[in-house]
Amino acid sequence: MPETIIEIEGLYKVFGKKPKSIMPLIKEGQGKQQILEETGHTVGLKDINLNIRRGETFVIMGLSGSGKSTLIRHFNRLIDPTAGKIKVEGVDIMKLSPKKLQEFRRHKMSMVFQRFALMPHWTLIKNVAYGLTVQGIPQKQCLEKAKAWLKTVGLAGYEEQFPSQLSGGQQQRVGLARALCTDAEILLMDEAFSALDPLIRSEMQDQLIGLQAKLQKTIIFITHDLDEALRLGDRIAILKDGELVQVGEPVDILLKPANAYVRAFVKDVNRARALTVETVMKPPACRITAETIGEALEQMKKHSDNYAYYVTDEGYQGVVLQETLEKAAATDKDHKLASKHIEDIPAISPGSILEAVIPETLYTDYALPVVDDKGDLCGELSRISLAEVLGEMNVDQSASLPS
Amino acid sequence: MFDKFPTMARADLLHIRKTLDLGFRDFSRAYGDIIESLFDPLLAFLIWFERLLLHSPWWLVLMVLTGLVYWGSRSWKLSLGVLICFLAIGYFGMWDNTMRTLSIITVSTMVSIVIGIPIGIVMARSDHARSLITPLLDIMQTMPAFVYLIPVVMLLGIGKVPGVIAVVVYAIPPVIRLTNLGIRLVDREILEAADAYGANSWQRLSGVQLPLALPTIMAGVNQTIMMALSMVVIASMIGVKGLGQPVLKSITNQYFTLGLFNGLAIVVLAILFDRVSQAYAKRTQKYMGEVSNA
Ligand SMILES: Nc1ncnc2c1ncn2[C@@H]1O[C@H](COP(=O)(O)OP(=O)(O)O)[C@@H](O)[C@H]1O
Ligand SMILES: [Mg+2]
Repeated sequence: MPETIIEIEGLYKVFGKKPKSIMPLIKEGQGKQQILEETGHTVGLKDINLNIRRGETFVIMGLSGSGKSTLIRHFNRLIDPTAGKIKVEGVDIMKLSPKKLQEFRRHKMSMVFQRFALMPHWTLIKNVAYGLTVQGIPQKQCLEKAKAWLKTVGLAGYEEQFPSQLSGGQQQRVGLARALCTDAEILLMDEAFSALDPLIRSEMQDQLIGLQAKLQKTIIFITHDLDEALRLGDRIAILKDGELVQVGEPVDILLKPANAYVRAFVKDVNRARALTVETVMKPPACRITAETIGEALEQMKKHSDNYAYYVTDEGYQGVVLQETLEKAAATDKDHKLASKHIEDIPAISPGSILEAVIPETLYTDYALPVVDDKGDLCGELSRISLAEVLGEMNVDQSASLPS
Repeated sequence: MFDKFPTMARADLLHIRKTLDLGFRDFSRAYGDIIESLFDPLLAFLIWFERLLLHSPWWLVLMVLTGLVYWGSRSWKLSLGVLICFLAIGYFGMWDNTMRTLSIITVSTMVSIVIGIPIGIVMARSDHARSLITPLLDIMQTMPAFVYLIPVVMLLGIGKVPGVIAVVVYAIPPVIRLTNLGIRLVDREILEAADAYGANSWQRLSGVQLPLALPTIMAGVNQTIMMALSMVVIASMIGVKGLGQPVLKSITNQYFTLGLFNGLAIVVLAILFDRVSQAYAKRTQKYMGEVSNA
């Protein structure tokens, strides 16, 4: 398991005049609403415990007002907690002096904002270079690097434009370039794509996925959109009223929701698009490795199905049917199993999303073989298991096959 | 017994007045010279600047002024208008007084900016400072100018420096208020961005807060100039030469035309300062306009 890079322990945040005085009330178990009514304090976060691993994209998801922005601002201490520990690479950042904190922000983390937060009075290249300029690096060097990053995000030639001359999507690319320009290892993204149109948004998601494959940063991504969370996240944390309700991989969130809240949350998600074959396939019921038809028939009869996957040393070969074998056996039982006995059923790969394999599953009479890129049979996907996971989906979503 | 408002005994009141007046007189006798000498650099600068305007050839001053207007506004129309107005002022024999007033207003505005912006910054950074300074500014703006002229004159006598002080006291509040306001209005997310990238407080102030507050600060500077101009007549009562003095003379002697001409010259100066400072402010804000997505 990869090492932990950020560790959060027992984190509480209360907004109001005397936050510390509210702590006993929270520990007694008083609710957020009750505390707000009786004391005028807002409980922003309650007992958050998290470990974030190096190199992962960790998504924090929740409805508006659930405390996402508050939580992410604790990672670089734009907000100080009322109680709790925050460790980054083993260093307790609550203990940093103002000077050290500045250094920490300059080198360890960078941030992308929901409404872009670009400096309106500076050109794009100066904006991208901001993190470096602040570090006191010579202007020429800053601008050279900034130019390269602008190009990476697809804005070459826009160096001397001002933010107000750009569309939202372009502005956020600048925001992303600014964050990447400092080479900080941790990227904080607070609803970075939420202000964008759906189409631009999915383009930006693609770009982020592409960049992340190359850069291997640790990304903490905030969103209120489950589809976005499932698309980007290696792991997802769900926040409700300042409390974590579930942390897990996308599959866990979808298939094993921790409580009714998460279940309601994931109810509307398009599972066909969110889940991969791997997560719903079953081990292959019947695989045949025999050399002759007689042996093959014997192996098959041990199972209830009237078909089987034929596998040799070179991996998956195809499907053999009981009917075919019986006919062939009638003439010559010891005949070698040959390609004329084997049906050529297309295999699917464990990494494809369900939506992509729905048609094939429907048009084939057998469970589809799942074959990995080495050619080995690793599972089967039947119509029934597909129906089981997609069963809870609402109808109009299942109707929208890939365009 | 409720017929008359119960008042302090007359003797007591007299006593208070005497102690305060005598106390201040003693104070000004003792420290007047030292305090006056503190203002010597300001006086030297005032005299130098006025001489510069008065002793340079009029056509050179005119050229420089028109050039400045063009540099600030990039507008040929405005520059030409200013040129014509100044030619008229000279033709009606008000050139010297206009130069004197131009000089004192320029210096007072500079002093107001140099003192006012830092105070505005302090006010924006701390709510405590704001709650202390705001009532002071209210007093400065509402207290009749004559009242605070008295101690200034007692301390420094009659002349240019007390004049500048009187003008600055009256005209400085807008710069302070609007510097404070401008900084407080800077978008919170942009400040968060500066913090998140590790800017120190100087980088935050000079790189983000002041530039983004600049339009508001410039509006304050503009108001300050206008208020300074409105003080010209009052300042002339304590010996500041310029367009104010003929106005004052025409009030006491009922010379309507003299008053009107000099008054119009003040208006010309006001328009000059106003248009140039606004056009300049707008030009530095070009990046805001064009395409707006916000
Ligand atoms: N500075 C603040 N003062 C008081 N309450 C705040 C402050 N910031 C956030 N809150 C409250 O904390 C809760 C979480 O807010 P936020 O973190 O912005 O939510 P999200 O980003 O998930 O929409 C909300 O109830 C909000 O009203
Ligand atoms: Mg938020």
